[in-house]
Amino acid sequence: MEPVATTFFFYLLSGLAILSGVLVITRKNPVHSALALILTLLCLAGLYLMLYAPFVAGVQIILYVGGIMVLFLFVIMLVNLERSQKEKQFNQQWVPGILAAVALGALFVTIYIKGGALFVRPEIRFPEAENTQQVGQMLYSNYMFPFEIASLLLLVAIIGAVVMAKKKI
Amino acid sequence: MPDFITNYLDKNVHVTPGEYGSPFWALVYILVVFGGVSMAVVCMNWLERKILAHMQIRLGPMRVGPHGLLQPIADAIKLILKEDIIPEGADRFVFWIAPMIILLAVFSVYTVVPFGPTHAITDMNIGILFMLGVSSLGVLGIVMAGWASNSHYPLIGALRSSAQMVSYEVAMGLAVISAVLMTSLNAEGTGTLSMIGIVHAQYAQHVWFIFKFFPLGLIAFFIFAVAMVAETNRAPFDLPEAESELTAGFHTEYSGLRWSLFMLGEYAAMIAVSSIAITLWLGGWMRPFPNLLSGPTWDLAFSFFPALTFFGLAGMTFYSTMRMPRHSFFRVQTIGLGAFGAVFALIGLILLLPGVNGRIQDIYWFIFKIAVFMYLYIWYRGTFPRYRFDQLMKVGWKILLPMGIGVLMLTGIVALRTELWDFMHEALRRLVHV
Repeated sequence: MEPVATTFFFYLLSGLAILSGVLVITRKNPVHSALALILTLLCLAGLYLMLYAPFVAGVQIILYVGGIMVLFLFVIMLVNLERSQKEKQFNQQWVPGILAAVALGALFVTIYIKGGALFVRPEIRFPEAENTQQVGQMLYSNYMFPFEIASLLLLVAIIGAVVMAKKKI
Repeated sequence: MPDFITNYLDKNVHVTPGEYGSPFWALVYILVVFGGVSMAVVCMNWLERKILAHMQIRLGPMRVGPHGLLQPIADAIKLILKEDIIPEGADRFVFWIAPMIILLAVFSVYTVVPFGPTHAITDMNIGILFMLGVSSLGVLGIVMAGWASNSHYPLIGALRSSAQMVSYEVAMGLAVISAVLMTSLNAEGTGTLSMIGIVHAQYAQHVWFIFKFFPLGLIAFFIFAVAMVAETNRAPFDLPEAESELTAGFHTEYSGLRWSLFMLGEYAAMIAVSSIAITLWLGGWMRPFPNLLSGPTWDLAFSFFPALTFFGLAGMTFYSTMRMPRHSFFRVQTIGLGAFGAVFALIGLILLLPGVNGRIQDIYWFIFKIAVFMYLYIWYRGTFPRYRFDQLMKVGWKILLPMGIGVLMLTGIVALRTELWDFMHEALRRLVHV
């Protein structure tokens, strides 16, 4: 089926993502920040869906929202919120902040103006219905080596976590 | 009638309304499914209390209506009328939104539940992934509810139940992957994650995945069946609300309507995970032996099942009506019970109509399988003693997870046995020649 109201949903999702992204840094309560971050990640999943990448969207929800953010909330709930609320939220480094913002803004503007020529306009090579299958094919044929390296890295991380957590093995 | 209504009713349309792109019919399906699930939760409420009572040789609810049939309605009215308490110092916004998130997560799952080849709201390429992902959002609601209550018991309870859900999700995912792996055993060699595609794969391979590669499919199903009970926080894994040993978990501070939202979410989640199990291992909407006992005669024979079920229910109700005490106090109740049986009989008659009969077959078998699972849930609760928390974690991480990995690897090996054999053969040959 043809997508409906794509522009509307694009602006809705990206607007929500930006809004909740701002909330992440302005909220004083870390739990509220984490909840806003979850909303941002969900909006990103929606944007992936609009890019005909349902698999990426599903994995985004499972890993980031269902896994990582739940652990984040776990940790935040266990720390002492009273102290963090009394601390200053922003440090007063205006000059580096403004410089970084200007640089990033310049980058965005450049890409907005010249981006059409810099990047090849993507065409949808795989219909949405085969996206997952294509991702699987790619991962296990062309990109087999990087994929295995990444899983090795994760294994190392798991072992490292166990070693750090256990005093005696 | 306008085009947007009639388009989808074309006889040549064999897809779900979501795929066809008909917002009107998608909305109708959404309303029907959500209404049906809410109704099922109400029925489950009564059935659970009644069946559990009979298992424990009690009567269960008997006062409100004949055999307590109106008890769920009385409960609902009570919950709505109760005072809605928000504790002092609670985070009001998070407290308010937590039950909503749980409900939203659970009900979103139903978008891809296939009640039939065309009877689903939509079919997604990532169907099963979507179901697992969205249902894992429920953990967020639990954590938020526990934290926002600003009280110790809910916080500890939330940590307890979210740790439980996160751990069992892993074993659950491994079991699901081994079933998805089985879908790829066709000529093209590509599997599918779509819920409807998985059922079609079982039809094409002439076997429910629970019996595929016996006993591998059965073990995967077993892992899922255990993890599914833990995921929905039901007995024997109902630590979040272990009413006899611990203070109720994350919803200690909730009351009235908000508390009932948690209950609605729990029962709806039970139906949702059961439907995952049915779709992956028990042939989804297919009737028993669709390949072996095929042909018009068998089709006709199996098409009587829906009506017979309702006639059976009607018969049971009429029998109970006969046994009601013959006293003027009970006259209204007896008439009510008789009318209830008459409604069952009427539904049975409607299901016999030729036009209706052919269309509800898939839905009937799917719901029949869900009903079996719901009975199992109640049966577990009546049978098994509750696990202790360390035992629960041990079962999840040290038994189910290794079992899941083992089954996944074995399934892969068995599925690719010819290729693997050829590969070994080739490797040995080269080794010898060098």
